[in-house]
Amino acid sequence: MAHSTTLESSSTPIYADAPRTGTWDGGNEPFKASYGKLMMWFFLLSDAFTFGAFLTAYGMIRHKHGVFVGTADKFFFSTAHWPIPEKVFNGFPGLHGMDLPLAFVALMTMILIFSSVTMVLAVEAGHRMDKADVQKWLLWTILFGAMFLSSQAWEWSHFIGGSEKGLLMADGSVMHGANLATNEYGPPLFADLFFFITGFHGTHVFSGVCLLVWCFIATTNGTFEKRGHYEMVEKIGLYWHFVDLVWVFVFTFFYLV
Amino acid sequence: MSAHATTEHAYVPGEIAKPNTAWIWKTFWVLVIITAIEFAIAFALTSPDWRTFRNSIFIVLTILKAFFIVGEFMHLKHEVKSLIWTVLIPTSLLVWLVVALVTEGSFIGETLSHMFSS
Repeated sequence: MAHSTTLESSSTPIYADAPRTGTWDGGNEPFKASYGKLMMWFFLLSDAFTFGAFLTAYGMIRHKHGVFVGTADKFFFSTAHWPIPEKVFNGFPGLHGMDLPLAFVALMTMILIFSSVTMVLAVEAGHRMDKADVQKWLLWTILFGAMFLSSQAWEWSHFIGGSEKGLLMADGSVMHGANLATNEYGPPLFADLFFFITGFHGTHVFSGVCLLVWCFIATTNGTFEKRGHYEMVEKIGLYWHFVDLVWVFVFTFFYLV
Repeated sequence: MSAHATTEHAYVPGEIAKPNTAWIWKTFWVLVIITAIEFAIAFALTSPDWRTFRNSIFIVLTILKAFFIVGEFMHLKHEVKSLIWTVLIPTSLLVWLVVALVTEGSFIGETLSHMFSS
């Protein structure tokens, strides 16, 4: 195929697998980035739109519902107004019954920021072809990723389990915790959005951990050393930082605002 | 394939360069400090009168954090200009989506609350 599109002289032998060099023949790299990295960027761009749609839906639905009028200490759960996040997310493992607003989510945020740092350190070690360092930092990233997932699991079970007090429903029954139809914290859509947004993010973290485990095995087997570069670590790193980035937005719009 | 990926760091077997990690830890501390400020504001400004002001600070700080994660950790700041714009321009369209639908949400809420009163 190559010789039918090139304008080079036919005196030089042209092989089908030879790299193309002409400006209009694939030899030009306007973005100065490899195919794999570019495709990862475009995938992340499309993923950003998915999460953007989720968070925009959250904003729209939240603004559709009423706002609690009054100070935070007088706040009570009701389907009439949207809950104040720090009144919902105030539990911490092992400290039952204490009011610790946003403490656990702060810990989760720190874990994810830490995992991002260890991921960049792995990428940096890959640039230096330092196999032992790549392995070390990949393991740390896997550890923090698994820690985040466990925290997410606790957060979900706490949210689903709810408080002892619960919420008195219109039919006289008491609702504890949350499911997709009703919850004790506020309008039904509040719990639905919590499950969908944090669930979709958690699924991304889980996929990231799987990729990292695979990447660690490949590093240990010397796959990247033989290949001559650790670009795969970079590509998975891009994905991992994106997941951290999404958490930054989820954290702000779900827990702080 | 992607042979150019190694051009900036030529591989010499048996010789491993010293790690260059100062910039990574600098970015880390920036992210930690911004997060700490966010928490301080979440507990300092609890009055409902300050809600809009407080939320605007949160949004500005979030975008600042995003700038450091994407720019430094994802290395976008050091890519060529055309790649930076390829990523940023489509993403910036989300701003309009948010503004439009949040306004729409308030309007729907208002309409529903007045539906059965004249």
